Amino acid sequence: MAGPSVEQVNQEILRPLVRTSWRYYLTAGILGSIVLAAFFAFLYQVNSGIGVSGLDRPVFWGFYITNFVFWIGISHAGTLISAILRLTHAGWRRPVTRCAEAITVFALMIGASFPIIHLGRPYLFFWLLPYPSVRGIWPNFHSPLLWDAFAITTYLTGSTIFLYLPTIPDFALVRDKARGRRKKIYHVLSLGWKGTPRQWHRLEMAMRIMAVVILPVAVSVHTIVSWDFAMPPVPMWHSTAFGPYFVAGAIFSGIAALIIAMALLRKAFHLEQYLTPFHFDKLGKLLLLMSLVWGYFIVAERMTVWYGNESSEMAVYSSSAQGQFTHLFWIMVFCNLLIPFFILSIKNFRTITGTVIASITVVIGMWLERFLIIVPSLERKYLPFTWGAYRPSWVEITITAGTFAAMALLYMIFSKLVPIISVWELKLGLRQEGQSPRSALAPAKPSPIIAQPGLAAPGE
Amino acid sequence: MERQWGMVIDLDRCTGCEACVVACHAENNIATVGEDGAARGRAMHWIQVQRYWEGEFPDVRLKYQPVLCQQCGDAPCESVCPVYATYHNPDGLNAQVYNRCIGTRYCANACPYNARVFNFYNPVWDKPLGLQLNPDVSVRSVGIMEKCTFCIQRVKKAEVQAQESKQPIKDGEVKPACVQSCPAKAMVFGDLNDPKSKVSQLARSNRATRLLEEVGARPNVIYLRSVS
Repeated sequence: MAGPSVEQVNQEILRPLVRTSWRYYLTAGILGSIVLAAFFAFLYQVNSGIGVSGLDRPVFWGFYITNFVFWIGISHAGTLISAILRLTHAGWRRPVTRCAEAITVFALMIGASFPIIHLGRPYLFFWLLPYPSVRGIWPNFHSPLLWDAFAITTYLTGSTIFLYLPTIPDFALVRDKARGRRKKIYHVLSLGWKGTPRQWHRLEMAMRIMAVVILPVAVSVHTIVSWDFAMPPVPMWHSTAFGPYFVAGAIFSGIAALIIAMALLRKAFHLEQYLTPFHFDKLGKLLLLMSLVWGYFIVAERMTVWYGNESSEMAVYSSSAQGQFTHLFWIMVFCNLLIPFFILSIKNFRTITGTVIASITVVIGMWLERFLIIVPSLERKYLPFTWGAYRPSWVEITITAGTFAAMALLYMIFSKLVPIISVWELKLGLRQEGQSPRSALAPAKPSPIIAQPGLAAPGE
Repeated sequence: MERQWGMVIDLDRCTGCEACVVACHAENNIATVGEDGAARGRAMHWIQVQRYWEGEFPDVRLKYQPVLCQQCGDAPCESVCPVYATYHNPDGLNAQVYNRCIGTRYCANACPYNARVFNFYNPVWDKPLGLQLNPDVSVRSVGIMEKCTFCIQRVKKAEVQAQESKQPIKDGEVKPACVQSCPAKAMVFGDLNDPKSKVSQLARSNRATRLLEEVGARPNVIYLRSVS
């Protein structure tokens, strides 16, 4: 298979930045109106009170916190996967990393908005931040919610830098090709990138440091999110396994989101030459692995509860084993374990369509997983007289739908402003490995090549 | 020795009349949520008379158990609040600062007794019920968590009076609204650290038990019940 030439890469990957079809505007319009509806639903909730949600006593957390955990989980697509692939010098990472890192940033932004959306008094969210107040009150550093606030802002900052760094040479490329106002904007964004060996060296160093630093941050973020649940003495929340369980689930759903995003980009922007079946096959295998890891955790979690047979935990356990959540529970098992396992373990099914189907079921399954962790425990917490039920209201459903639309919309806008595949890294791969991105399988040699001024201003 | 306010509830005396619930609503300006709200589980009773059936039909016994905030010594709700809206005060009470609450509702999830209630909407009192509000207790707005305070306004009043008159607070002088209104005299309030107080004498009874002790929150409400 003959790979694209350097000029072809420039043209094809930068095309979305230049040309926009009517389909794009139509899709953006539809997604935008869903986001707007969600925004008004939120305003309505602020105005009337959180009572317009389906929350009640004792189920004080519902869809919002489910979405929070879900989106923070999705955010592990990017940074974690891309950092691992970078650190292991996986050659096939090149067309994948940028899509993944962008997912992280947007999913984090959406996820981080939920703790604010769900507040009883959302306009006072800044009380969670340690700012010098005249009253001399600090937030309570014992609270897992405060750890969340720190972990998520750290992760958001880190992953934004992680996304931005390798984009600088690409901004420079766009700057060199653009005219007028655009040129000025990209001039600022490219931070005076000239492609000198010194700059390449600095960039490479910075990216190496970030890749190492971001890994523990990513792991800690979802561990801390899981501790929101694992810390208080609530039946089936209070579990030591929650940290790794949540991290594994996060990576799992993150890979699924990445596969879906890549397939959509491939279709929308005709990137067939860059995002090949090979990439989907590789990511599909990763998804299969994480599916099995997830299966291991769910068995470990439920097995120990069932065998221990402790009455307050069994009350929660039985609501998903033979109660009102049984259906959702088995849908989750099908979506997260059985369907992905059958599709992804058979080589002939591990095609683009196959991996995308598996990914969609995983995303649904993982959302259900978060829901089934949060709600059943609250419904049946200790004293049976206080047990309750939860049914989401239209406000919560609208806001949930809005977040999915917001994710797609942010991603679409991003793809119009930034080359969605890292152009310089791709070219580097082409130069290193021969002509085809497909043949860029072998681990790349750690890079003296990166500091070649010849690659500095690609496309000239 | 510092005071540790505590309560004893004699379940063998409780008739389930719910006078405590009504008294509590009146004393603490607790909003009502209407039929729909109550049906959805949003009723805001700070004390709830829980009803349990014991035994198999036809040999059934009805048991009432009034559950209020247990004013735990190691309260799970306190550590999880990110803004210190709930904290431990020097009297060993689990206090709630309404103005500081931002409504994460984490405390209510952490509470093993589900003793906390939340203002899902702004409270409304039909005219002229607004005129009967207790001036000693602040009215809470939407998005705020609240719960039993052991009628802290009465406790504080007694403390101030004791300071003024330089007389110690006598045992039984402070009575929360629920204790005061219990017709069966099933509830006793007092200082658990004073070995002579009625409440600590009763707490040493061999009928004494605490709710969900295995959770380890060290509740300061003691239930008396004969083992049947």
